[in-house]
Amino acid sequence: MNNNTRILYAVLFVVGLIAPAVVYPIFLMKALCFALFASAFNLLIGFTGLLSFGHAMFLGTAGYICGHAVKVWGFPTEVGILCGVAASAAIGYLVGSLAIRRQGIYFAMITLAMAQMVYFICLQASFTGGEDGLQSIPRQSFLGVFDLENDITMYYFVFGIVALGFWLIYRTVHSPFGQVLKAIRENEARALSLGYDVDKYKLLAFVLSAALSGLAGATKALVFKFETLTDVHWHMSGEVVLMTLLGGMGTILGPTVGAFIVVTLQNYLASLEGWVTVITGAIFVLCVLAFRRGVVGEIAARIKS
Amino acid sequence: MTEIFGIPLQAFMSQILLGLVNGSFYAMLSLGLAVIFGLLNIVNFAHGTFYMLGAFGAWLLLTYAGLSYWWALVLSPICVGVIGVVVEKTMLRWLYKLDHLYGLLLTFGLALVLEGLFRQQFGVSGQPYQVPDLLKGATNLGFMFLPNYRAFVVVASIVVCLATWYVIEKTKLGAYLRAGTENPKLVQAFGVNVPRMITLTYGFGVALAGFAGVLAAPILQVNPLMGSNIIIVVFAVVVIGGMGSILGSILTGLGLGVIEGLTKVFYPEASSTVVFVIMAIVLLVRPAGLFGKEK
Repeated sequence: MNNNTRILYAVLFVVGLIAPAVVYPIFLMKALCFALFASAFNLLIGFTGLLSFGHAMFLGTAGYICGHAVKVWGFPTEVGILCGVAASAAIGYLVGSLAIRRQGIYFAMITLAMAQMVYFICLQASFTGGEDGLQSIPRQSFLGVFDLENDITMYYFVFGIVALGFWLIYRTVHSPFGQVLKAIRENEARALSLGYDVDKYKLLAFVLSAALSGLAGATKALVFKFETLTDVHWHMSGEVVLMTLLGGMGTILGPTVGAFIVVTLQNYLASLEGWVTVITGAIFVLCVLAFRRGVVGEIAARIKS
Repeated sequence: MTEIFGIPLQAFMSQILLGLVNGSFYAMLSLGLAVIFGLLNIVNFAHGTFYMLGAFGAWLLLTYAGLSYWWALVLSPICVGVIGVVVEKTMLRWLYKLDHLYGLLLTFGLALVLEGLFRQQFGVSGQPYQVPDLLKGATNLGFMFLPNYRAFVVVASIVVCLATWYVIEKTKLGAYLRAGTENPKLVQAFGVNVPRMITLTYGFGVALAGFAGVLAAPILQVNPLMGSNIIIVVFAVVVIGGMGSILGSILTGLGLGVIEGLTKVFYPEASSTVVFVIMAIVLLVRPAGLFGKEK
């Protein structure tokens, strides 16, 4: 990490600390959760070259499990979140073991199909509340001391979780493990011939990404105090792809930037209702045709040249 | 009344027939996907949307132009094919040199745009479309009543699929197409206009989806969401069958339709997930798919 980057991260951290004084905390928390979700997704697409088109299953499952654990079983908040993360990691392991059996575009189709299966299970299972969703999830308190029903306290709790997740992703990308993932992205056959057990690395990256998406999902469920089918729907899987693409695939900060842009857009366009889908789709098309590096990728390229 | 495993024969047979009908849609859609993927290297997420456009084409032609089902069966797929050609000419052709994933993302965005536009215009409740007069009613086969229209759908789809198979596997045009799939540069060097062939292939593939949409219109309601509902299942069908073989796609599509129909009879709760479960099992046992080749 050079000095400029270090300053950038420090500035971002401070901005994150003072932001709730200026901006509506619930909005910030939503954007932060999606930033973590997109960054976790980027770990696969950007740093391993795997396109998962079913990441909504991890976001939604963790949200449901965490909500259920806290509301029905009466678990403390931290344990509830851990339950959600564990559930997502477990599903990630199952789906990942199936999906890595095929390469390239089949990988996307398999994850999409498995996510649709999870969607139907959530639709029919009784603990999810079906079409009504899981309502009035209590936020309780952190370590029994900090009252999370207060939005500002909750904000710093969420900020801490997202910063932790972000740090974990940063460390992963810059570790020897992360270097092997990049090697797989660049040339899978070569990585295999160098003696790396490619499937094992892919699966581990997939589970890690699923668990971190689950962390985002469980936190998000607590922020809004409810969990609905929207979070497991394939539209959500598409949205996280859009955030990552718009911000810049394979860049550390890209997904966060993309998440903030998309969440802000949705906030302002909410009154347009059905047109949001059309606009989302149009942004997708534009990004793919003319803006494949994304915001952060574009800026980085400018700085270099 | 005759029963099979405690289920009345009539109900049993009609679910199987409905399964065959759905299966023939799966077959036509996965066939189009496979042909497009073969030549363009693009997984066409918008395929379901073109199926929806085909159904809406039939409904629009009837409502605003007063054209009957039989006209729609010809005109609607042609219109869908033309839209496909425009999409290929203006957008997809810029992506051929890039990674597969951009094709999927672009067509995904396109699907969102088209689906959103139709949802804004026509709502999500669905428009009814009448079965054509000629095919109304049912035929008594002795052991069951066979609804004429459903029988027509199955026969028409199988005929179209087999015709596609014949053209691709047995004619000169098909030989160019297969050669283009193997090595486009070499085929171009022999004087074949490969870019035009690619455009027409995409047009044909989506026209096939539009044709399936017209066939579906009188059975399902004409609904903006019908495309995205079916495309994910068709992806699973493609994973199960593998995109290598045309007859394989047809058989897998029909077979899975029937299995889905049977699940509706015996264990209705699982009918929406059974295809995905089968996909998981196939991936465990034969990772390359039933008709795919191990690489």
